[in-house]
Amino acid sequence: MEFFRIRRDIPFMRYALVFNIISLVTFLAAIFFLAVRGLAFSIEFTGGTVMELTYADAADVPRIRATLEAAGHHDVQVQAFGSSRDVLIRMPHDPKVTTADLSRSVVEKLKAVDPTVELRRVEFVGPQVGRELAENGALALLVTSLGIVAYLALRFEWKFGVAAIIANLHDVVIILGFFAFFQWEFSLPVLAAVLAVLGYSVNESVIIADRIRENFRKMRRASVTEIIDNAITRTISRTIITHGTTQTVVLSMLIFGGPALHYFAVALTIGILFGIYSSVLVMAPLVRWLGVKREDLVKPVREKKQEAVV
Amino acid sequence: MNRYPVWVYATVVVALLIGLLYTLPNFFGEAPAVQISSARLTVRVDTETLARAEAVLQRAGIGIAGTLLDPNSVRIRFADTDTQLKARDVLDAELNPNREDPSYTVALNLVSRSPAWLTAIHALPMYLGLDLRGGVHFLFQVDMRGALTKRLDSLAGEVRTQLRDKNIRHSGVSREGQTLVVRFRDAETRDRARRVIADNVPDLALADAGDASSLRLVGTIRPEAEKRIQEFAIKQNISTLSNRVNELGVAEPVIQQQGADRIVVQLPGVQDTAQAKKILGRTATLEVRMVDEENMNPTALAAAQSGQVPFGDEYYVDRNGTPLLVKKQVVLTGDRLTDAQPGFDNQTNEPAVHLTLDAAGARIFRDVTRENVGRRMAILLIEKGKGEVITAPVIRTEIGGGRVQISGRMNTQEANELALLLRSGALAAPMEIVEERTVGPSLGAENIRKGFLSTAWGFIAIAVFIILYYQIFGLFSALALATNLLLLIAVLSLLQATLTLPGLAAVALTLGMAIDANVLINERIREELRAGQTPQAAIHAGYDRAFGTIVDSNVTTLIAGLALLIFGSGPVRGFAVVHCLGIMTSIFSAVVVSRSMVNLWYGSRRKLEAIAIGNTSWK
Repeated sequence: MEFFRIRRDIPFMRYALVFNIISLVTFLAAIFFLAVRGLAFSIEFTGGTVMELTYADAADVPRIRATLEAAGHHDVQVQAFGSSRDVLIRMPHDPKVTTADLSRSVVEKLKAVDPTVELRRVEFVGPQVGRELAENGALALLVTSLGIVAYLALRFEWKFGVAAIIANLHDVVIILGFFAFFQWEFSLPVLAAVLAVLGYSVNESVIIADRIRENFRKMRRASVTEIIDNAITRTISRTIITHGTTQTVVLSMLIFGGPALHYFAVALTIGILFGIYSSVLVMAPLVRWLGVKREDLVKPVREKKQEAVV
Repeated sequence: MNRYPVWVYATVVVALLIGLLYTLPNFFGEAPAVQISSARLTVRVDTETLARAEAVLQRAGIGIAGTLLDPNSVRIRFADTDTQLKARDVLDAELNPNREDPSYTVALNLVSRSPAWLTAIHALPMYLGLDLRGGVHFLFQVDMRGALTKRLDSLAGEVRTQLRDKNIRHSGVSREGQTLVVRFRDAETRDRARRVIADNVPDLALADAGDASSLRLVGTIRPEAEKRIQEFAIKQNISTLSNRVNELGVAEPVIQQQGADRIVVQLPGVQDTAQAKKILGRTATLEVRMVDEENMNPTALAAAQSGQVPFGDEYYVDRNGTPLLVKKQVVLTGDRLTDAQPGFDNQTNEPAVHLTLDAAGARIFRDVTRENVGRRMAILLIEKGKGEVITAPVIRTEIGGGRVQISGRMNTQEANELALLLRSGALAAPMEIVEERTVGPSLGAENIRKGFLSTAWGFIAIAVFIILYYQIFGLFSALALATNLLLLIAVLSLLQATLTLPGLAAVALTLGMAIDANVLINERIREELRAGQTPQAAIHAGYDRAFGTIVDSNVTTLIAGLALLIFGSGPVRGFAVVHCLGIMTSIFSAVVVSRSMVNLWYGSRRKLEAIAIGNTSWK
């Protein structure tokens, strides 16, 4: 079985400008929605209380909301979670009430209305811890980016490091843009997914960079554009198969993982799809525009050494 | 050319065997058990305890499925949960005859059903996080400023005492914010005071302040002392929490410091958060009250015993059995206590507890003792809302300096416990809960099922595809992927790293990403074949050329994983641990294990015409 029989190199670089305009537009749209709508941060970041309840029969969400309103809990979000029997209640942080009392009193009030309700999960995060988690998340993103640039600069050339990180941060921004546009909940696992995607997409860039370097050695006569086109064409089947297998697992997570892993899997899906595109069609033109040359990658130093041996 | 030396095959086989061995315990599942551990410092759990427990169960006619003794606890396994519950009740009743003061904690637990020889080589099932097994998680923030303020208050007392002893006149010692301010009338006195304080109160760094009209000496706690105080506060609070958790009867509690000023408490299996919080937040505290001497006559006492307590009084019986009427008005509370240490009475050599009061407490105590010479003072321990008179001595003289001793018919162990209780009552620093997670057991089981299903279906889909696409090489790749899963689970079991739901997701994700290496290799081999290489050369070049790329791409993924490990917390860390370990095991399995199989299968054939890696006939 085989999917790809590409005999001639595809002239990807000829369309570089088109690809770059597409990315720029998506990127700007993502930034726009991030700025206008903002991320719907989970209580892990904002501080507050989340309760997951389960009912014997389908839960009556408006009635639960009314019960809580009547009990003086305002700003409460009630929504179905996973199945119709499960309900998620989000409450903002209230310095006057301790959580033990809060969760207990809420459950008591709901039990009075429907005795079948059962508390499945409570999560309370103080506002200070939330702020720290957000800061640490941002720091993790920064360290990851710098680490990757440094490694690629060391292993290849700074141009590759910079191009790869721009291409992949553009993925990250697009994932965030999706979360902002649809107002999906941005939680800690989603942050983990975003960082995992960052590390994973860089793989692509690494593989293409590797090929570009190899081509510089082998294809002595070829122009930079030809070399890049060849490198992408030679790796495209592998790129698509690999992303396909990873996406298979993520799909399995989307189907079987339940609500707890839902947005984690969604973030990975977006990241994987855009990862193919960006590492191939954003990173390579960037490298070219940064002016990569044969001498950047094929070190003349090594040849000198060999001469000395001879 | 595609042959591995014997030692490589040997390494692979050994790795597989070890992997299999340490993965094995995860398949046996868990059996209901009862765990007996010590509830007191002085009670030890050993073979004798085990024998006793076995005898108790035998008498009650409860069958035992197995026992396990470790340095801190005895665990007894049962066939089902009904037996387990029955056994817990019987054991609790028999081992703790005194309900009020239990010697042992008897808790429900789950232990691995795996055979003893596996446990003996430390092959344990993976350690499940709270989101998979259910339980509560608290994060306490220790108020370090509170600890320092408390310490400054007590240093103020020390400074006052020192200056009085040396006859140095000052016009006031007070704590202002996080500093201690002593006022003086003239510079010479201030100089003398500075020398005295510097010599006797080393924790304070002193500086002059103010002009001639208001000369001041400003003391701040030295950084090294500050560090010591904070470390002490954390340790103190941890030991307090440990004592309280013991009371809850939790099988495997986790109580540990996190960062500089936080404490994590995890109580697997506990469902009632409110109850857990009440106990964790409890303080046993001391109250000093006066005995109502006016009403201490036989008629009033007899009336009080039958329930008619005079107005404003409370009726108590002290440890010697003497009835007492104690005023409700509290003279002093445990908040004023800065330390409590067990020791002995200087004169009688009886065991005693030495208390240190802070500045304000010391002053109150001095005033009260001066005004009430000849009367009795009751020292009460208030715990869980109930009071107990520890001692009610007659005040013979004014007691200054904030050092008080309690002695009253107690043995050394009781003195130790009382000191501990009072110290824990006086938490070294106030704490508040900044994070809480509760997960019900049904949700935990569901999470495990979902994580498992995601991994299983993801794996099956990948294996089917890769075998169809790359044929024999696909089969080798799928086997290598299975090895990766085996090794990853073995490493997680071996390290006893906490497996959370995001961790399970990371297992699945690792599989999806790990196959990348094999795809790289297989694509490369196809490419070499197309370029006209012989099959053997193509295999060799494929593995060789792909290796560098595999390492590079895994290093970048690892960088992201490590950043998550360092900066992540809670669920994210669980993800990062598995992710990082998965990357390591995947390099080994994708490169070494798959190549061993290829080498074994094809490597020794001299005239290899074709290899089954899919169609490569086109150019």
